Amino acid sequence: MKINNIGYLLKEGFRGIFLHGFMSFAAVCVTVACLLIVGSFSILAYNLDIMVENLNKTSEILVYVDSSLSDAEARSIGTKINTLSNILNAKFVSREEALEDFIADHDGDSAFSGVQAEDLRHRYVVTLEDNTLMKQTDAQLKQIPGVVKTSAAYELAEGFTTIQSVLHIVTVAVMAVLLVVSLLIISNTVKLAMYDRKEEIGIMKMVGATNGFIRLPFVVEGFTLGMMGALLAFGLEWVMYDALIEKISTVDSLQLFSFVAFQELLMPMVAVFGAAGLFVGIVGSWTSIRKFLDV
Amino acid sequence: MIEFVDVVKSYTQGNKALNGVSMQIEDGEFCFLVGPSGSGKSTIIKLITGELKPTSGNVHVNGYSLERIRKREIPYLRRTVGVVFQDYRLISKMTVYENVAFAMRVVGAREREIKDRVPYVLELVGLSNKAGRHPGEMSGGEQQRLAIARALVNNPSMIIADEPTGNLDPQRSFEIMALLQEINNLGTTMLVVTHDQNLVKHFRKRVISINEGVVVNDGLEAFYGYEDK
Repeated sequence: MKINNIGYLLKEGFRGIFLHGFMSFAAVCVTVACLLIVGSFSILAYNLDIMVENLNKTSEILVYVDSSLSDAEARSIGTKINTLSNILNAKFVSREEALEDFIADHDGDSAFSGVQAEDLRHRYVVTLEDNTLMKQTDAQLKQIPGVVKTSAAYELAEGFTTIQSVLHIVTVAVMAVLLVVSLLIISNTVKLAMYDRKEEIGIMKMVGATNGFIRLPFVVEGFTLGMMGALLAFGLEWVMYDALIEKISTVDSLQLFSFVAFQELLMPMVAVFGAAGLFVGIVGSWTSIRKFLDV
Repeated sequence: MIEFVDVVKSYTQGNKALNGVSMQIEDGEFCFLVGPSGSGKSTIIKLITGELKPTSGNVHVNGYSLERIRKREIPYLRRTVGVVFQDYRLISKMTVYENVAFAMRVVGAREREIKDRVPYVLELVGLSNKAGRHPGEMSGGEQQRLAIARALVNNPSMIIADEPTGNLDPQRSFEIMALLQEINNLGTTMLVVTHDQNLVKHFRKRVISINEGVVVNDGLEAFYGYEDK
Protein backbone atom coordinates (compact mmCIF):
# COMPACT_ATOMS: atom_id res chain seq x y z
CA MET A 1 0.00 0.00 0.00
CA LYS A 2 1.33 3.35 -1.04
CA ILE A 3 1.77 6.17 1.48
CA ASN A 4 -0.28 8.56 -0.69
CA ASN A 5 -3.32 6.27 -0.33
CA ILE A 6 -3.39 6.33 3.45
CA GLY A 7 -5.04 9.76 3.61
CA TYR A 8 -7.71 8.60 1.17
CA LEU A 9 -8.35 5.38 3.09
CA LEU A 10 -8.63 7.20 6.43
CA LYS A 11 -10.96 9.76 4.89
CA GLU A 12 -13.13 6.96 3.49
CA GLY A 13 -13.22 5.29 6.91
CA PHE A 14 -14.43 8.47 8.63
CA ARG A 15 -16.85 9.18 5.77
CA GLY A 16 -18.40 5.76 6.37
CA ILE A 17 -19.23 6.68 9.96
CA PHE A 18 -21.35 9.65 8.88
CA LEU A 19 -22.72 7.89 5.81
CA HIS A 20 -24.23 5.20 8.04
CA GLY A 21 -25.05 7.62 10.84
CA PHE A 22 -27.76 5.65 12.58
CA MET A 23 -25.87 2.36 12.50
CA SER A 24 -22.75 4.11 13.78
CA PHE A 25 -24.79 5.66 16.60
CA ALA A 26 -26.26 2.25 17.44
CA ALA A 27 -22.81 0.61 17.44
CA VAL A 28 -21.38 3.29 19.75
CA CYS A 29 -24.38 3.01 22.11
CA VAL A 30 -24.07 -0.76 22.29
CA THR A 31 -20.33 -0.56 22.91
CA VAL A 32 -20.89 2.03 25.65
CA ALA A 33 -23.55 -0.14 27.28
CA CYS A 34 -21.42 -3.28 27.14
CA LEU A 35 -18.26 -1.55 28.36
CA LEU A 36 -20.18 0.16 31.17
CA ILE A 37 -21.43 -3.19 32.37
CA VAL A 38 -17.98 -4.76 31.99
CA GLY A 39 -16.33 -1.77 33.70
CA SER A 40 -18.83 -1.57 36.55
CA PHE A 41 -18.58 -5.27 37.16
CA SER A 42 -14.76 -5.14 37.14
CA ILE A 43 -14.65 -2.22 39.59
CA LEU A 44 -17.18 -3.88 41.85
CA ALA A 45 -15.20 -7.11 41.73
CA TYR A 46 -11.96 -5.24 42.40
CA ASN A 47 -13.43 -3.44 45.41
CA LEU A 48 -14.96 -6.63 46.76
CA ASP A 49 -11.62 -8.35 46.27
CA ILE A 50 -9.89 -5.68 48.35
CA MET A 51 -12.60 -5.81 51.02
CA VAL A 52 -12.35 -9.60 51.25
CA GLU A 53 -8.56 -9.31 51.34
CA ASN A 54 -8.79 -6.82 54.21
CA LEU A 55 -11.24 -9.01 56.08
CA ASN A 56 -9.00 -11.97 55.49
CA LYS A 57 -6.10 -10.08 57.03
CA THR A 58 -8.09 -9.94 60.26
CA SER A 59 -7.99 -13.75 60.44
CA GLU A 60 -5.52 -14.67 63.13
CA ILE A 61 -4.11 -17.58 65.09
CA LEU A 62 -4.05 -17.41 68.85
CA VAL A 63 -0.92 -19.11 70.24
CA TYR A 64 -1.14 -20.00 73.96
CA VAL A 65 2.08 -20.22 75.98
CA ASP A 66 2.74 -22.81 78.68
CA SER A 67 1.61 -21.20 81.96
CA SER A 68 4.60 -22.66 83.83
CA LEU A 69 6.99 -20.43 81.84
CA SER A 70 8.16 -17.15 83.31
CA ASP A 71 7.21 -13.82 81.66
CA ALA A 72 10.68 -13.52 80.12
CA GLU A 73 10.55 -17.07 78.74
CA ALA A 74 7.05 -16.46 77.37
CA ARG A 75 8.19 -13.26 75.63
CA SER A 76 11.21 -15.04 74.11
CA ILE A 77 8.85 -17.40 72.18
CA GLY A 78 7.92 -14.42 70.00
CA THR A 79 11.38 -14.52 68.38
CA LYS A 80 10.86 -18.17 67.42
CA ILE A 81 7.39 -17.43 66.02
CA ASN A 82 8.79 -14.62 63.86
CA THR A 83 11.38 -16.94 62.33
CA LEU A 84 8.56 -18.88 60.60
CA SER A 85 8.13 -17.94 56.96
CA ASN A 86 4.42 -17.02 56.73
CA ILE A 87 4.23 -14.71 59.76
CA LEU A 88 3.11 -11.14 59.13
CA ASN A 89 2.93 -10.10 62.77
CA ALA A 90 3.11 -11.80 66.20
CA LYS A 91 1.76 -9.62 68.99
CA PHE A 92 2.42 -10.67 72.60
CA VAL A 93 -0.62 -10.41 74.89
CA SER A 94 0.19 -10.92 78.58
CA ARG A 95 -2.25 -12.77 80.84
CA GLU A 96 -3.11 -9.40 82.50
CA GLU A 97 -3.97 -7.84 79.13
CA ALA A 98 -5.90 -10.97 78.21
CA LEU A 99 -7.96 -10.59 81.42
CA GLU A 100 -8.74 -6.95 80.60
CA ASP A 101 -9.91 -7.97 77.15
CA PHE A 102 -11.95 -10.81 78.66
CA ILE A 103 -13.72 -8.49 81.12
CA ALA A 104 -14.27 -5.89 78.39
CA ASP A 105 -15.70 -8.56 76.08
CA HIS A 106 -18.16 -9.69 78.76
CA ASP A 107 -19.14 -6.16 79.61
CA GLY A 108 -18.17 -6.48 83.31
CA ASP A 109 -20.53 -9.44 83.83
CA SER A 110 -20.45 -10.29 87.56
CA ALA A 111 -20.51 -14.01 86.75
CA PHE A 112 -16.84 -13.73 85.72
CA SER A 113 -15.73 -11.51 88.64
CA GLY A 114 -13.79 -14.36 90.19
CA VAL A 115 -11.53 -14.86 87.13
CA GLN A 116 -7.90 -13.95 87.90
CA ALA A 117 -5.00 -13.20 85.55
CA GLU A 118 -3.25 -16.36 86.77
CA ASP A 119 -6.20 -18.38 85.38
CA LEU A 120 -5.26 -17.27 81.90
CA ARG A 121 -2.18 -17.89 79.74
CA HIS A 122 0.19 -15.51 78.03
CA ARG A 123 -0.56 -15.62 74.33
CA TYR A 124 0.42 -14.36 70.91
CA VAL A 125 -1.98 -12.96 68.34
CA VAL A 126 -0.43 -14.07 65.05
CA THR A 127 -1.47 -12.67 61.67
CA LEU A 128 -0.30 -14.34 58.48
CA GLU A 129 0.97 -13.16 55.13
CA ASP A 130 -0.98 -15.84 53.29
CA ASN A 131 -4.09 -17.17 54.94
CA THR A 132 -4.38 -20.06 52.51
CA LEU A 133 -1.36 -21.55 54.34
CA MET A 134 -3.02 -21.21 57.75
CA LYS A 135 -3.12 -24.96 58.42
CA GLN A 136 0.59 -25.46 57.69
CA THR A 137 1.63 -22.45 59.75
CA ASP A 138 -0.59 -23.57 62.62
CA ALA A 139 1.15 -26.96 62.60
CA GLN A 140 4.58 -25.26 62.67
CA LEU A 141 3.50 -23.04 65.57
CA LYS A 142 2.45 -26.10 67.55
CA GLN A 143 5.98 -27.50 67.17
CA ILE A 144 7.57 -24.55 68.98
CA PRO A 145 8.63 -25.53 72.55
CA GLY A 146 6.54 -23.69 75.14
CA VAL A 147 3.45 -23.52 72.92
CA VAL A 148 0.69 -25.59 74.47
CA LYS A 149 -2.25 -24.80 72.28
CA THR A 150 -3.30 -22.81 69.23
CA SER A 151 -6.65 -21.58 68.03
CA ALA A 152 -7.13 -20.93 64.32
CA ALA A 153 -10.33 -20.27 62.33
CA TYR A 154 -9.49 -22.33 59.23
CA GLU A 155 -13.04 -22.36 57.94
CA LEU A 156 -13.33 -18.60 58.01
CA ALA A 157 -10.02 -18.12 56.18
CA GLU A 158 -10.91 -20.79 53.64
CA GLY A 159 -14.33 -19.17 53.20
CA PHE A 160 -12.71 -15.85 52.32
CA THR A 161 -10.34 -17.55 49.89
CA THR A 162 -13.25 -19.34 48.21
CA ILE A 163 -15.23 -16.10 47.90
CA GLN A 164 -12.22 -14.45 46.24
CA SER A 165 -11.74 -17.34 43.80
CA VAL A 166 -15.42 -17.40 42.85
CA LEU A 167 -15.35 -13.64 42.40
CA HIS A 168 -12.38 -13.91 40.02
CA ILE A 169 -14.03 -16.63 37.93
CA VAL A 170 -17.37 -14.79 37.70
CA THR A 171 -15.60 -11.55 36.74
CA VAL A 172 -13.66 -13.22 33.93
CA ALA A 173 -16.75 -15.09 32.67
CA VAL A 174 -19.00 -12.02 32.67
CA MET A 175 -16.32 -9.91 30.98
CA ALA A 176 -15.77 -12.54 28.30
CA VAL A 177 -19.50 -12.86 27.57
CA LEU A 178 -19.99 -9.11 27.35
CA LEU A 179 -16.97 -8.69 25.10
CA VAL A 180 -18.29 -11.36 22.73
CA VAL A 181 -21.70 -9.65 22.70
CA SER A 182 -20.09 -6.27 21.87
CA LEU A 183 -18.00 -7.94 19.20
CA LEU A 184 -21.02 -9.55 17.54
CA ILE A 185 -23.00 -6.32 17.56
CA ILE A 186 -20.17 -4.21 16.15
CA SER A 187 -19.47 -6.90 13.59
CA ASN A 188 -23.14 -6.90 12.57
CA THR A 189 -23.18 -3.13 12.29
CA VAL A 190 -20.17 -3.17 9.98
CA LYS A 191 -21.77 -6.01 8.03
CA LEU A 192 -24.87 -3.90 7.43
CA ALA A 193 -22.70 -0.96 6.38
CA MET A 194 -20.90 -3.26 3.98
CA TYR A 195 -24.10 -4.69 2.60
CA ASP A 196 -25.11 -1.12 1.84
CA ARG A 197 -21.90 -0.71 -0.16
CA LYS A 198 -21.88 -4.18 -1.74
CA GLU A 199 -21.98 -2.75 -5.26
CA GLU A 200 -19.13 -0.37 -4.51
CA ILE A 201 -17.06 -3.26 -3.16
CA GLY A 202 -17.92 -5.32 -6.26
CA ILE A 203 -16.67 -2.53 -8.52
CA MET A 204 -13.52 -2.15 -6.45
CA LYS A 205 -12.85 -5.87 -6.83
CA MET A 206 -13.63 -5.73 -10.56
CA VAL A 207 -11.12 -2.95 -11.28
CA GLY A 208 -8.41 -4.68 -9.27
CA ALA A 209 -8.42 -3.19 -5.77
CA THR A 210 -6.60 -5.41 -3.29
CA ASN A 211 -8.45 -6.84 -0.31
CA GLY A 212 -6.33 -4.75 2.05
CA PHE A 213 -7.31 -1.57 0.22
CA ILE A 214 -11.00 -2.47 0.40
CA ARG A 215 -10.82 -3.60 4.00
CA LEU A 216 -8.94 -0.69 5.55
CA PRO A 217 -11.68 1.98 5.45
CA PHE A 218 -14.04 -0.47 7.19
CA VAL A 219 -11.42 -1.27 9.81
CA VAL A 220 -10.84 2.47 10.35
CA GLU A 221 -14.61 2.82 10.75
CA GLY A 222 -14.80 -0.04 13.25
CA PHE A 223 -11.75 1.22 15.15
CA THR A 224 -13.18 4.74 15.42
CA LEU A 225 -16.57 3.49 16.56
CA GLY A 226 -14.92 1.20 19.11
CA MET A 227 -12.74 3.99 20.49
CA MET A 228 -15.65 6.44 20.61
CA GLY A 229 -17.64 3.89 22.58
CA ALA A 230 -14.69 3.25 24.90
CA LEU A 231 -14.12 6.96 25.54
CA LEU A 232 -17.78 7.64 26.31
CA ALA A 233 -18.05 4.56 28.52
CA PHE A 234 -14.91 5.59 30.42
CA GLY A 235 -16.25 9.09 31.14
CA LEU A 236 -19.65 7.78 32.19
CA GLU A 237 -18.06 5.11 34.39
CA TRP A 238 -16.00 7.74 36.19
CA VAL A 239 -18.98 10.03 36.84
CA MET A 240 -21.25 7.16 37.91
CA TYR A 241 -18.63 5.58 40.18
CA ASP A 242 -17.87 8.85 41.98
CA ALA A 243 -21.57 9.53 42.42
CA LEU A 244 -22.16 6.02 43.76
CA ILE A 245 -19.32 6.21 46.28
CA GLU A 246 -20.58 9.55 47.52
CA LYS A 247 -24.09 8.18 47.90
CA ILE A 248 -22.90 5.07 49.76
CA SER A 249 -20.64 7.06 52.07
CA THR A 250 -23.61 9.18 53.18
CA VAL A 251 -25.62 6.11 54.23
CA ASP A 252 -22.71 3.92 55.43
CA SER A 253 -22.30 5.53 58.86
CA LEU A 254 -20.63 2.37 60.23
CA GLN A 255 -18.04 2.53 57.42
CA LEU A 256 -18.66 -1.07 56.51
CA PHE A 257 -17.62 -0.45 52.93
CA SER A 258 -14.35 1.01 51.75
CA PHE A 259 -14.03 1.88 48.06
CA VAL A 260 -10.95 2.63 46.04
CA ALA A 261 -10.95 6.12 44.49
CA PHE A 262 -11.44 6.10 40.69
CA GLN A 263 -8.21 8.07 40.26
CA GLU A 264 -6.32 5.08 41.67
CA LEU A 265 -7.85 2.92 38.93
CA LEU A 266 -7.30 5.46 36.17
CA MET A 267 -4.48 3.77 34.28
CA PRO A 268 -5.85 0.20 34.43
CA MET A 269 -9.29 1.48 33.43
CA VAL A 270 -7.88 3.48 30.49
CA ALA A 271 -5.96 0.38 29.41
CA VAL A 272 -8.96 -1.96 29.75
CA PHE A 273 -11.47 0.35 28.07
CA GLY A 274 -9.01 1.29 25.32
CA ALA A 275 -8.07 -2.33 24.64
CA ALA A 276 -11.71 -3.45 24.68
CA GLY A 277 -12.76 -0.64 22.31
CA LEU A 278 -9.85 -1.41 20.01
CA PHE A 279 -10.54 -5.12 20.08
CA VAL A 280 -14.27 -4.99 19.39
CA GLY A 281 -13.80 -2.28 16.75
CA ILE A 282 -11.01 -3.86 14.75
CA VAL A 283 -11.86 -7.54 15.16
CA GLY A 284 -15.57 -6.83 14.60
CA SER A 285 -15.00 -5.09 11.30
CA TRP A 286 -12.16 -7.34 10.13
CA THR A 287 -14.15 -10.53 10.54
CA SER A 288 -17.37 -9.19 9.03
CA ILE A 289 -15.77 -7.94 5.81
CA ARG A 290 -14.27 -11.30 4.94
CA LYS A 291 -17.48 -12.61 3.37
CA PHE A 292 -17.82 -9.59 1.09
CA LEU A 293 -14.26 -9.85 -0.19
CA ASP A 294 -14.73 -13.35 -1.49
CA VAL A 295 -15.66 -12.28 -5.04
CA MET B 1 -3.31 -12.41 -24.76
CA ILE B 2 -5.96 -14.95 -23.81
CA GLU B 3 -5.31 -18.64 -24.29
CA PHE B 4 -7.66 -21.50 -23.35
CA VAL B 5 -6.24 -25.02 -23.72
CA ASP B 6 -8.75 -27.87 -23.40
CA VAL B 7 -10.55 -26.10 -20.54
CA VAL B 8 -13.20 -27.95 -18.55
CA LYS B 9 -15.22 -26.20 -15.90
CA SER B 10 -17.64 -28.20 -13.75
CA TYR B 11 -19.71 -26.68 -10.98
CA THR B 12 -20.26 -28.38 -7.65
CA GLN B 13 -23.73 -29.51 -8.77
CA GLY B 14 -21.95 -31.60 -11.39
CA ASN B 15 -23.02 -29.80 -14.57
CA LYS B 16 -20.25 -29.01 -17.02
CA ALA B 17 -20.29 -25.36 -18.14
CA LEU B 18 -17.25 -25.80 -20.40
CA ASN B 19 -16.27 -29.09 -21.93
CA GLY B 20 -12.85 -28.85 -23.51
CA VAL B 21 -12.69 -25.26 -24.77
CA SER B 22 -9.54 -24.26 -26.67
CA MET B 23 -9.06 -20.82 -28.19
CA GLN B 24 -6.55 -18.04 -28.44
CA ILE B 25 -7.07 -14.29 -28.70
CA GLU B 26 -3.96 -12.33 -29.64
CA ASP B 27 -3.02 -8.91 -28.32
CA GLY B 28 -4.79 -6.15 -30.23
CA GLU B 29 -7.48 -8.42 -31.68
CA PHE B 30 -11.20 -7.59 -31.80
CA CYS B 31 -13.31 -10.64 -31.22
CA PHE B 32 -16.99 -11.46 -30.68
CA LEU B 33 -18.04 -14.29 -28.39
CA VAL B 34 -21.51 -15.51 -29.28
CA GLY B 35 -23.74 -18.32 -28.12
CA PRO B 36 -27.17 -19.00 -26.64
CA SER B 37 -27.99 -18.51 -22.96
CA GLY B 38 -26.31 -21.15 -20.82
CA SER B 39 -23.75 -21.97 -23.50
CA GLY B 40 -20.78 -21.07 -21.24
CA LYS B 41 -20.04 -17.44 -22.22
CA SER B 42 -20.30 -16.12 -18.65
CA THR B 43 -18.10 -18.93 -17.40
CA ILE B 44 -15.44 -17.91 -19.94
CA ILE B 45 -15.58 -14.30 -18.68
CA LYS B 46 -15.38 -15.43 -15.05
CA LEU B 47 -12.38 -17.59 -15.86
CA ILE B 48 -10.65 -14.67 -17.60
CA THR B 49 -11.23 -12.31 -14.64
CA GLY B 50 -10.16 -14.87 -12.05
CA GLU B 51 -13.59 -15.26 -10.44
CA LEU B 52 -13.42 -18.97 -11.24
CA LYS B 53 -10.65 -21.52 -11.64
CA PRO B 54 -10.77 -24.17 -14.37
CA THR B 55 -11.55 -27.73 -13.30
CA SER B 56 -8.96 -28.92 -15.80
CA GLY B 57 -7.00 -27.49 -18.71
CA ASN B 58 -5.05 -24.23 -18.86
CA VAL B 59 -6.16 -20.62 -19.00
CA HIS B 60 -3.54 -17.94 -19.64
CA VAL B 61 -4.50 -14.27 -19.46
CA ASN B 62 -1.95 -11.49 -19.94
CA GLY B 63 0.85 -13.59 -18.49
CA TYR B 64 -1.12 -15.10 -15.59
CA SER B 65 -1.91 -18.82 -15.44
CA LEU B 66 -5.40 -18.97 -13.98
CA GLU B 67 -5.16 -22.59 -12.85
CA ARG B 68 -2.19 -21.66 -10.64
CA ILE B 69 -2.92 -18.06 -9.76
CA ARG B 70 -2.69 -17.07 -6.09
CA LYS B 71 -5.54 -15.17 -4.47
CA ARG B 72 -3.36 -12.13 -3.85
CA GLU B 73 -2.38 -11.97 -7.56
CA ILE B 74 -5.96 -11.74 -8.79
CA PRO B 75 -6.30 -7.94 -8.26
CA TYR B 76 -3.20 -7.44 -10.41
CA LEU B 77 -4.64 -9.69 -13.15
CA ARG B 78 -7.87 -7.66 -13.06
CA ARG B 79 -5.95 -4.43 -13.57
CA THR B 80 -4.95 -5.76 -17.00
CA VAL B 81 -8.57 -6.54 -17.95
CA GLY B 82 -11.29 -3.86 -18.12
CA VAL B 83 -14.82 -5.20 -17.84
CA VAL B 84 -18.02 -3.59 -19.19
CA PHE B 85 -21.42 -4.97 -18.22
CA GLN B 86 -24.87 -4.77 -19.76
CA ASP B 87 -26.24 -3.11 -16.58
CA TYR B 88 -23.33 -0.59 -16.45
CA ARG B 89 -22.69 -1.08 -12.67
CA LEU B 90 -22.07 2.57 -11.96
CA ILE B 91 -22.13 4.21 -8.54
CA SER B 92 -25.23 6.37 -8.63
CA LYS B 93 -24.20 8.77 -5.85
CA MET B 94 -20.94 9.65 -7.65
CA THR B 95 -20.61 11.99 -10.58
CA VAL B 96 -19.31 10.90 -13.98
CA TYR B 97 -15.84 12.20 -13.08
CA GLU B 98 -15.90 10.53 -9.65
CA ASN B 99 -17.03 7.19 -11.08
CA VAL B 100 -13.99 7.10 -13.35
CA ALA B 101 -11.60 8.57 -10.77
CA PHE B 102 -12.82 6.00 -8.23
CA ALA B 103 -11.54 3.15 -10.43
CA MET B 104 -8.09 4.76 -10.46
CA ARG B 105 -8.10 5.68 -6.79
CA VAL B 106 -8.85 2.14 -5.58
CA VAL B 107 -5.84 0.75 -7.40
CA GLY B 108 -3.64 3.31 -5.67
CA ALA B 109 -3.20 5.98 -8.36
CA ARG B 110 -1.90 9.41 -7.31
CA GLU B 111 -4.22 12.41 -7.41
CA ARG B 112 -2.07 14.02 -10.08
CA GLU B 113 -2.35 10.97 -12.34
CA ILE B 114 -6.11 10.93 -11.78
CA LYS B 115 -6.44 14.61 -12.71
CA ASP B 116 -4.49 14.01 -15.93
CA ARG B 117 -6.03 10.73 -17.00
CA VAL B 118 -9.76 11.07 -16.21
CA PRO B 119 -10.44 14.10 -18.50
CA TYR B 120 -8.54 12.35 -21.31
CA VAL B 121 -10.64 9.19 -21.03
CA LEU B 122 -13.90 11.13 -20.72
CA GLU B 123 -13.01 12.97 -23.91
CA LEU B 124 -12.24 9.69 -25.65
CA VAL B 125 -15.75 8.38 -24.87
CA GLY B 126 -17.41 11.73 -25.61
CA LEU B 127 -18.46 12.63 -22.07
CA SER B 128 -16.21 15.64 -21.39
CA ASN B 129 -19.18 17.97 -21.11
CA LYS B 130 -21.01 15.67 -18.65
CA ALA B 131 -18.29 15.21 -16.02
CA GLY B 132 -20.36 16.79 -13.26
CA ARG B 133 -23.53 14.80 -13.90
CA HIS B 134 -24.72 11.74 -12.03
CA PRO B 135 -25.45 8.45 -13.88
CA GLY B 136 -29.17 8.79 -13.16
CA GLU B 137 -29.26 12.00 -15.21
CA MET B 138 -27.86 10.31 -18.34
CA SER B 139 -29.23 8.12 -21.13
CA GLY B 140 -28.44 4.40 -21.37
CA GLY B 141 -25.91 5.00 -24.14
CA GLU B 142 -24.14 7.65 -22.08
CA GLN B 143 -24.08 5.40 -19.03
CA GLN B 144 -22.50 2.66 -21.13
CA ARG B 145 -19.91 5.14 -22.40
CA LEU B 146 -19.17 5.98 -18.78
CA ALA B 147 -18.78 2.27 -17.97
CA ILE B 148 -16.35 1.98 -20.90
CA ALA B 149 -14.42 5.02 -19.64
CA ARG B 150 -14.13 3.38 -16.22
CA ALA B 151 -12.96 0.10 -17.78
CA LEU B 152 -10.40 2.00 -19.82
CA VAL B 153 -9.05 4.42 -17.26
CA ASN B 154 -6.47 2.09 -15.71
CA ASN B 155 -5.09 1.45 -19.19
CA PRO B 156 -5.82 -2.31 -19.36
CA SER B 157 -4.39 -4.27 -22.25
CA MET B 158 -7.80 -5.86 -22.83
CA ILE B 159 -11.47 -4.99 -22.47
CA ILE B 160 -14.20 -7.57 -22.06
CA ALA B 161 -17.65 -6.23 -22.82
CA ASP B 162 -20.45 -8.50 -21.61
CA GLU B 163 -23.57 -7.68 -23.66
CA PRO B 164 -22.63 -3.99 -23.75
CA THR B 165 -25.55 -3.11 -26.01
CA GLY B 166 -28.16 -5.33 -24.36
CA ASN B 167 -30.07 -2.37 -22.91
CA LEU B 168 -29.67 0.02 -25.85
CA ASP B 169 -31.62 0.82 -29.00
CA PRO B 170 -29.99 -0.09 -32.37
CA GLN B 171 -28.64 3.43 -32.99
CA ARG B 172 -26.91 3.65 -29.54
CA SER B 173 -25.72 0.05 -29.94
CA PHE B 174 -23.90 0.94 -33.14
CA GLU B 175 -22.38 4.00 -31.46
CA ILE B 176 -21.10 1.92 -28.55
CA MET B 177 -19.66 -0.70 -30.89
CA ALA B 178 -18.01 2.03 -32.93
CA LEU B 179 -16.47 3.38 -29.73
CA LEU B 180 -15.17 -0.08 -28.80
CA GLN B 181 -13.68 -0.44 -32.27
CA GLU B 182 -12.02 2.97 -31.91
CA ILE B 183 -10.49 1.86 -28.60
CA ASN B 184 -9.37 -1.37 -30.25
CA ASN B 185 -7.70 0.67 -32.97
CA LEU B 186 -5.63 2.33 -30.23
CA GLY B 187 -4.24 -1.13 -29.36
CA THR B 188 -6.56 -2.52 -26.67
CA THR B 189 -7.63 -6.14 -27.17
CA MET B 190 -11.43 -6.36 -27.30
CA LEU B 191 -13.65 -9.33 -26.48
CA VAL B 192 -17.33 -8.55 -26.92
CA VAL B 193 -19.99 -10.99 -25.75
CA THR B 194 -23.24 -10.34 -27.57
CA HIS B 195 -26.53 -11.72 -28.79
CA ASP B 196 -26.96 -8.97 -31.35
CA GLN B 197 -26.54 -10.64 -34.77
CA ASN B 198 -26.89 -7.37 -36.66
CA LEU B 199 -23.92 -5.88 -34.84
CA VAL B 200 -21.79 -8.95 -35.42
CA LYS B 201 -22.68 -9.00 -39.11
CA HIS B 202 -22.10 -5.27 -39.47
CA PHE B 203 -18.65 -5.12 -37.85
CA ARG B 204 -17.31 -8.29 -39.54
CA LYS B 205 -14.74 -9.31 -36.93
CA ARG B 206 -13.59 -12.68 -35.73
CA VAL B 207 -16.48 -14.58 -34.11
CA ILE B 208 -16.12 -17.41 -31.60
CA SER B 209 -19.37 -19.34 -31.34
CA ILE B 210 -19.93 -21.47 -28.29
CA ASN B 211 -22.69 -23.93 -27.58
CA GLU B 212 -23.14 -26.33 -24.65
CA GLY B 213 -19.66 -25.59 -23.38
CA VAL B 214 -17.90 -26.31 -26.66
CA VAL B 215 -16.49 -23.96 -29.31
CA VAL B 216 -18.55 -24.78 -32.39
CA ASN B 217 -17.14 -22.16 -34.78
CA ASP B 218 -14.22 -19.78 -34.79
CA GLY B 219 -13.39 -17.38 -37.60
CA LEU B 220 -14.35 -14.34 -39.57
CA GLU B 221 -17.36 -15.92 -41.23
CA ALA B 222 -18.14 -18.45 -38.55
CA PHE B 223 -20.96 -16.42 -37.11
CA TYR B 224 -23.17 -17.07 -40.08
CA GLY B 225 -23.43 -20.68 -39.01
CA TYR B 226 -24.71 -19.69 -35.57
CA GLU B 227 -28.37 -19.39 -34.72
CA ASP B 228 -29.52 -18.12 -31.36
CA LYS B 229 -31.62 -20.83 -29.79
